[in-house]
Parts: sequence; structure tokens; C-alpha cells
Amino acid sequence: MKILRQFCRIMIITLIGEVLHWVLPLPVPASIYGMAILFAGLVTGFIKLDQVKDAGKFLIEIMPVMFIPAGVGLMSSWGDLRPVLLPVSVITVVSLVAVMVVSGKVSQHVIRLENKTEAGSLLSMEDMAAEEEAEL
Amino acid sequence: MIASFCRTSAFAGVTLSLFAYWVGAALKRKTKLSFLNPLLISIAVTIVVLLTAHVSYDTYDAGAKYLSWFLTPATVCLAIPLYEQMKLLRNNWKAVATGICSGVLTSLLCVLVLSVLFGLSHETYVTLLPKSITTAIGMGVSEELGGNVTITVAVIVVTGVLGNILGEGLCRLFHIEEPIARGIALGSSSHAIGTAKAMEMGEVEGAMSSLSIAVAGILTVVGATVFSAVL
Repeated sequence: MKILRQFCRIMIITLIGEVLHWVLPLPVPASIYGMAILFAGLVTGFIKLDQVKDAGKFLIEIMPVMFIPAGVGLMSSWGDLRPVLLPVSVITVVSLVAVMVVSGKVSQHVIRLENKTEAGSLLSMEDMAAEEEAEL
Repeated sequence: MIASFCRTSAFAGVTLSLFAYWVGAALKRKTKLSFLNPLLISIAVTIVVLLTAHVSYDTYDAGAKYLSWFLTPATVCLAIPLYEQMKLLRNNWKAVATGICSGVLTSLLCVLVLSVLFGLSHETYVTLLPKSITTAIGMGVSEELGGNVTITVAVIVVTGVLGNILGEGLCRLFHIEEPIARGIALGSSSHAIGTAKAMEMGEVEGAMSSLSIAVAGILTVVGATVFSAVL
């Protein structure tokens, strides 16, 4: 019964997301509206974590298999893809690597910059040791 | 008899996909080789079997669409890990915001520069602009700008699967060690399929990657519209 109730709450939120997608003239999909609603609900305490957690974690855990049909769908888009295969493949791989490295490096840089200013001159011995190690 | 049954069965395709995923996951656990990605193995095995047995994608999808159906509620649930990491998010919002913004800008610039280099048409260019974001948003962007939606979806899926396979290795190679930064990297570059990997890497990674799907998706809607006027 617990899982059923949790799943029902998740579906109600998904449905509200779908209604918003239908009503509002924005290019935002139902899933993103739903994600925002659930997040807002959890933050305000309107929805308790225990009321969605088990079913939600289960759905997230099995999420990879939900992408299998989309991947298999590549077999039917092959005809469209073939004439532009080389440039499209290069752009796909290059931009994937570039985006991953840039976004990861930039946020890591900001995190470490903030940690440093927060810690100020009170760098712990551990950090100094770690830094020395990195320099070597 | 059996062949014609398989050609029309609604369950055979999905069962095969799930079984191939299971085998892929077991292989990976045993061998610890990162290219043995269960998602990739499952997609490849399913395509090969469908092609050799002359089963159409539509027949397969008649059963498999119920797997895809769960994507929307599952994406909604990504709010749960995000909420659990709220404190971390509040303390690091600057790093999160700059990371995602720089990722979106890099994606659009990369597509622009390479499209110019390859001399691609405007149609192909706008088809590729939303390649790093989640399918549901990316399809809309491509359609709005006059792109080929079929190619957009294919490229988005390939980007996601590649991100899922290469993500962990690339983070290690480029010394992206902070869990927050690793999550942002996965989510900004390879949307929900990358997030599935980020979830396996850790709770913080998963939460930050989830947030990146939504923020990068929405920023790209605006950014792609501006960029589409350039070429």
C-alpha cells in the first residue's frame, strides 16, 4: 500500500506537470514542471520526503533501462543520419568532451576558490599537506 | 511459426532489451571494463537481433514504449536527490550556476564553430544546437528553429549514451574531483542519460546532475534561439 500511495503522489505531480505544459506556451516539458513542483513541495514541507522516497528512488534506480527504446530508435533514423554522418559524429564527440570538461572544471575552480577565501589564512594542516603533495 | 510470433510479439523485444541490460551489467561487474556499458550493450544487442530477425522498430516499440513511458515520472523524481542535497546546493550555488552556464555556452559555441568549419547548412546547424539537453526540450527547440527533429533526437541519444560511457573516465582524466563539479559535468553535457551514470557515481553527483538537466535545458532554449541567427 505504501508504494502504491507514493507512486500515486508521483503520478499526480506528473499529471499537474503535463497540464502546465499543455496550458503554458513555454517550451518546457511536463517532466521539468513536475520536477520543479515536487522540489517546491518538499522544500515547503507540503510533501514529506517519506511520502515519495521509496517509489521515487526505485524509479531513479531503473532509469537507465528507460533509455533503451530511444537508443534502439537509432535504427530507424539511420536513413536521415547517413548523409551527414561524418560532421555530425565529429561535432557530437568533440562538443560532448568540451562541455563536460569546461563545465566540470569551471565549477570545480569556483568551489576551490570559495573554499580558499572562506578558510583564509586558517588553512588546516591537512590542506597544506595535500597542496604540497599536489605540487610535487 | 516461432519466427513469425517473435515478429509480432509485444513482449519479446522488451524482454530481450532487459535481459541484454542484465547481462551487460553482470559483465561489467565481473570485468570492471568501462566500455562494457550495460546501456550500450543492451541497445546494440537489441538492434542486431531486430535487424537479423526482420522485426520492425514499430513492432518493438509497441511493447518498449512502456519503458519510455516511465521516463516522465522518473525525471520528476530527480527532485528527491536534489532536495536531499539542498544544503550543499545553497552553499555552492555560485559554482553550480557558473558551471552550468559555461557548459551551455561551450555547447552552443562548439556547434557553431564546427558547423562553420564543416560548411554545414543552416538546417543541420540548428538541428545540432540542442544536442546536449534532454530530448523533450531539445526536440521542441529543433522544431522551432526549423531543424530535422529525427536527427536531433538521434544526436541527443548518442550524446547521452557516450556521456554515460565516458563520463567517469573523462572526469578522472581531467582531474575533475569535486563531486559537485562531476555532477555538473555529467548533467550539462549528457542530460538525463548522463545523470543515470552520475546517480551511480554518488548522491551528490546525481543531485547536481539532475539540477543541470533542468537549468541547462532552459538556458539552451534561450541560447539556441540567439545562436540560430548567427549562421
